[in-house]
Amino acid sequence: MFEVRVHGRGGQGVVTAAEMLSVAAFEEGRHAQAFPSFGSERTGAPVVAFCRISDKEIRLREPVMQPDAIIVQDPTLLHQIDVFAGLKQDGYVLLNSHHSLETLGLSELVKQRRSERFCTLPATELGLKHVGRPIPNVPLLAGFAALSGTIKLESVIMAINEKFSGKVALGNIAAAEEAYLLVQAMMKEQADA
Amino acid sequence: MGFQAVKFYQTGTFTVGNRLLAPDERSLQSVETRSNSINSGHRACQGCGEALGARYAIDAAMAESNNQLIAANATGCLEVFSTPYPESSWQVPWIHSLFGNAAAVATGIAAAMKVKGRPEVRVVAQGGDGGTTDIGFGCLSGMFERNDDVLYICYDNEGYMNTGVQRSSATPPAARTATTMPVGPEPGNVFGQGKNVPEIAMAHGIPYVATATVADLRDLEYKVRKAMKMHGARYIHIFVPCPLGWGTASHDTIRMARMAKESGTFPVFEAEYGEVTGVLKIRRKIPVEEYMKPQRRFAHLFGKNAHPETVARIQAIADRNIRKYGLLEEEGN
Amino acid sequence: MLKQTEGSKAVAEAIALCRPEVICAYPISPQTHIVEALGEMVKSGKLTPCEFINVESEFAAMSVAIGASAAGARAYTATASQGLLFMAEAVYNASGLGLPIVMTVANRAIGAPINIWNDHSDSLSQRDSGWMQLFAETNQEALDLHIQAFRLAEELSMPIMVCMDGFILTHAFERVDMPTQQQVDDYLPPFEPRQVLDPAEPVSIGAMVGPEAFMEVRYLAHAKQMQALELIPQLAAEFKETFGRDSGGLVRSYCIEDAETVIIAMGSILGTIKDVVDEMREAGHKIGVLGIISYRPFPLEQVRAALLGCQRFLVLEKSLAVGMGGIVATDVRMAVSGTGLKGFTAVAGLGGRPILKSSLHTLFRQAEKEELPPVTFLDLDWDAVNKQLEREKTTRRSGPAAENILHDKGIVSAKFG
Repeated sequence: MFEVRVHGRGGQGVVTAAEMLSVAAFEEGRHAQAFPSFGSERTGAPVVAFCRISDKEIRLREPVMQPDAIIVQDPTLLHQIDVFAGLKQDGYVLLNSHHSLETLGLSELVKQRRSERFCTLPATELGLKHVGRPIPNVPLLAGFAALSGTIKLESVIMAINEKFSGKVALGNIAAAEEAYLLVQAMMKEQADA
Repeated sequence: MGFQAVKFYQTGTFTVGNRLLAPDERSLQSVETRSNSINSGHRACQGCGEALGARYAIDAAMAESNNQLIAANATGCLEVFSTPYPESSWQVPWIHSLFGNAAAVATGIAAAMKVKGRPEVRVVAQGGDGGTTDIGFGCLSGMFERNDDVLYICYDNEGYMNTGVQRSSATPPAARTATTMPVGPEPGNVFGQGKNVPEIAMAHGIPYVATATVADLRDLEYKVRKAMKMHGARYIHIFVPCPLGWGTASHDTIRMARMAKESGTFPVFEAEYGEVTGVLKIRRKIPVEEYMKPQRRFAHLFGKNAHPETVARIQAIADRNIRKYGLLEEEGN
Repeated sequence: MLKQTEGSKAVAEAIALCRPEVICAYPISPQTHIVEALGEMVKSGKLTPCEFINVESEFAAMSVAIGASAAGARAYTATASQGLLFMAEAVYNASGLGLPIVMTVANRAIGAPINIWNDHSDSLSQRDSGWMQLFAETNQEALDLHIQAFRLAEELSMPIMVCMDGFILTHAFERVDMPTQQQVDDYLPPFEPRQVLDPAEPVSIGAMVGPEAFMEVRYLAHAKQMQALELIPQLAAEFKETFGRDSGGLVRSYCIEDAETVIIAMGSILGTIKDVVDEMREAGHKIGVLGIISYRPFPLEQVRAALLGCQRFLVLEKSLAVGMGGIVATDVRMAVSGTGLKGFTAVAGLGGRPILKSSLHTLFRQAEKEELPPVTFLDLDWDAVNKQLEREKTTRRSGPAAENILHDKGIVSAKFG
C-alpha cells in the first residue's frame, strides 16, 4: 500500500488533489481511497487530505500516519505545522514553490533522506499560466507522477478529464504536462549532478 | 342611475336569513348537498366555535375543490374531539401527525399529489392558535416562504384549550388562563407586543391572507372559496370563541365572535400578495368592555376590584386596529 | 459499472435509481453532499418525477416526508447528529404511523460540546423509535443497503435508517460498483402503500388511541421488526442474485470459525479491525470479527450463534451509554445471556477520535488475556480528565470543562489527523 498526505490551505484544492489522485489510481485498475481531514476549516486554514493506493481492497480507515509521500501545496505551512510528521525514511516530498529546497531551509532534512525523492515545483505559477487561477493541485499531481512513478501522467490526465471539461480541462492538462516535464528535467539534472 | 344599498339587519344578530336571498347567494351551510366534512357525533364541547369554524371552512373547501381535498391536522382540540379511533367525524382523507408540523405535512401531501400527477387534489392544513402561532410557527413560515400549494387554516380560540386553558401567543392581554392567573398587581396575561400572524403571513408576500369569524358565515365561506380558487401558500385565520376557556355561555359563541369584530378587537380583512384588499366594516361599534364583560376570563377587570386602566389599554388596542385597518364606515356613507 | 467516487455521491446516485418521489433536504454536516447531489439530479431533470423540497428544519424534513409518504409517494431524507435529535418527535411519529420512509444517517457525534465528526451516538439515540437501522461497512455497502432499504421498508410498511459513518464514508473517495436502472427496477417494485390519503377513499390517519389498544399497536411495531429479522437475510440473498454481490444481511462474520476471541463492531471500523485481525492471525492469534449490520432489529439469535464457539468477546463501539457503559454491548450481552461467556466493552472513536491500528493491536491482546476492565475507553487521555476532575474538586467556579481540557492538552483549535 502506498500512502500519500497532501497539505495545503482551504481553497487550494487539497481535498480535490487527493480525490483526483485516487481517480488516477483507479483508472490504472488499482484500489484507492481518498479522504479529507474532516475539518470545518474555512478558506486559508491549514487543510490535510489523504490518499491510499493499493492492488488489494483497502479496508483501513485510520488517518495516514506514516506517509510514503507528502505533497505540500503551500510552503508557508512549513513554519506552521510539522508537515513531515511520520514520513517514511525513503519517502517522497513534493513542495509547491519556485524556490529551491535550500532556500526553503530544508537542506538538513534532505541530507538525512534520499535527496532524489525531494523536489520543488512552481505549481501556483503553472496554474496561473495555464488555467488562469493560482490553484496548484493539478500541476503537483503531475509532478508527483514524475517524481514517484506511482501513477502515470496519462492517468492524471484521465482524472482531469473526469473532473473538468472544456477549456478548464485543456488548461489543466497543459499545466500537468508542463509540470511533469519540469520535474522529470529536475530529476535528470540531479541524477547527472 | 342611483341605487340604495339595502342592508338586511335581523334584530340582534345582523345576519341575513337565507330565505331572503336568491338560491345562488345562500350559504353553503344552508344547502342540502354540503359535504358535512366533519360529521355529527364528534365530541366537541357545547357551543364550540372551532367545530363550527372547521365545518364551515372545510365544507367550503370541499365544494370549491369538487370534493378532491386532503386535510392535515395539528394536535389540539379539533384533532382530539373529531377522531377518537375507531370513530372519525372526517369525511375527507385526513391525517394527524404532530402538534407543530401540520404545515409541513401538508407540504408533503401537496408534493406527493404533484409528483403523482393529480393536480385536481387540493390540500388544506389546519391547527389551533397554539399549533399555528406557537409550536407550528417554524413549519408554517417555511411553507409560506416556499409558496407551497397549501391552504392553512388557523382556528384561533386564544389559548391552549385542549390541555386545560393555558396561555398561547394569541391570548389577549389581561386574560385569565391557567398559566396567567388573575392574581398580583397585574392580573391575567401580560401586555406583550402581541403576535399578529395574519400580518406575518402577509409579510411573506403569499397570494392570499384573510381573517374571518364564525359570526360571519358567508364572509368565511367566500374567503375559503376564494382561497381555494388560488394556488400557492394561502392563510386564513378564523376567530373561534371557546365557551370553556373563555367562561362564556355556550349559546353566546356567535355573539362573542361578532362582538370581537364589532369592537375592533379582531379586525376582519383580506389581503393579496402582502397588501390589504378589503376589510369587513364594523356595523355598530361597541366598546371593548361590552365584549369583555360576558367573559369570565376578564371578570377580574370588572366589579369590586376593577381595573379600568387595563380595560382602557385594551380599548386603545382596539382603537388602533380600527384606525389601522379602516374598520369604521366613513361619515356620510 | 465500477467507478471511483465520493461515498455521498455514490449513495445519492443509488437513491436516484430507487426512484424516490419526494426528497426533503435540510443541510447538516456530514450529510450535505448526498442531498446536494440529489437536488442537482432533480433540478436537471435526470431524476424525474421527483419533488425536491428545501425545508426549514429537520423537523420539517421528516414532517414533509410523513405527509408525502402518507399520500402514497416514495419519500426520502437524510440527516445526522443534532438534526436527527431535532426531528426526533417526527421520527417516532413516522414509525408509529407505519410509513416506509428511508433516511440516511451520516453518523456524527451529538453535542455539547459541538462536534461534527463521526461516532454512532445519533442514530443509537433513536434505537427505540421503531425505525430499523442498518449500518454500512463500506461505501459499496452503503449504496447497496439503500436499495435494499426501500424494498424492506415498503414490504413491512415501516421506516428505515441507513447509517453510514460521517466523513469516514460520506467523504471518502473509493471504488463502487454502481448498478444499472434495470437491475434496481427488477429488484425494487413501485411503492404500493398499505394506507393512503386519497379523496376517492377517505381514511383518517393518526388519530388518538387510548389504553385499550395502544399496547397492541405498539406491539405491532415490534412484530414488524421481528418479521424484518426473517426478511433482511432473504432480501440480501435476492440482492446477491440480482446484483451479484454480498451486501446487507443481519450480521457478517470474519475468521470466527476457530476464534477464541471475537471482536464485535458496526460500521466502517470493521475494515480496520479486519486488517488488525489478519495481522494477528499471522502471528498465531485465534481472533475473529463479528460485524453487526442490522442494529434494529437486533439479531439476538444470530449474534448468540456466532459467539457460541468463542471464549470471550469484545464489543468495540463508537457510542457511550453515559452512566452505564456500552449501548451495543448491552444488546450483545442480552444475546449471550446464560452462556457464561466473558464479555468486554471498549468505547472508542467518540467525536471522530481516530481509531488506530496500533491501539487496536494492544486492546485486542489485552482482551485475549482477559486483562481488560468491563468498560475500556480507548486512547482516553486520563491526565486531562483527572486534571479537570481535580479542578472541579478544588474550585467552585471551574469554568467550561471542554475549554479547560483543551487548554490542558495544549491544543489551539479543534482538528483531526
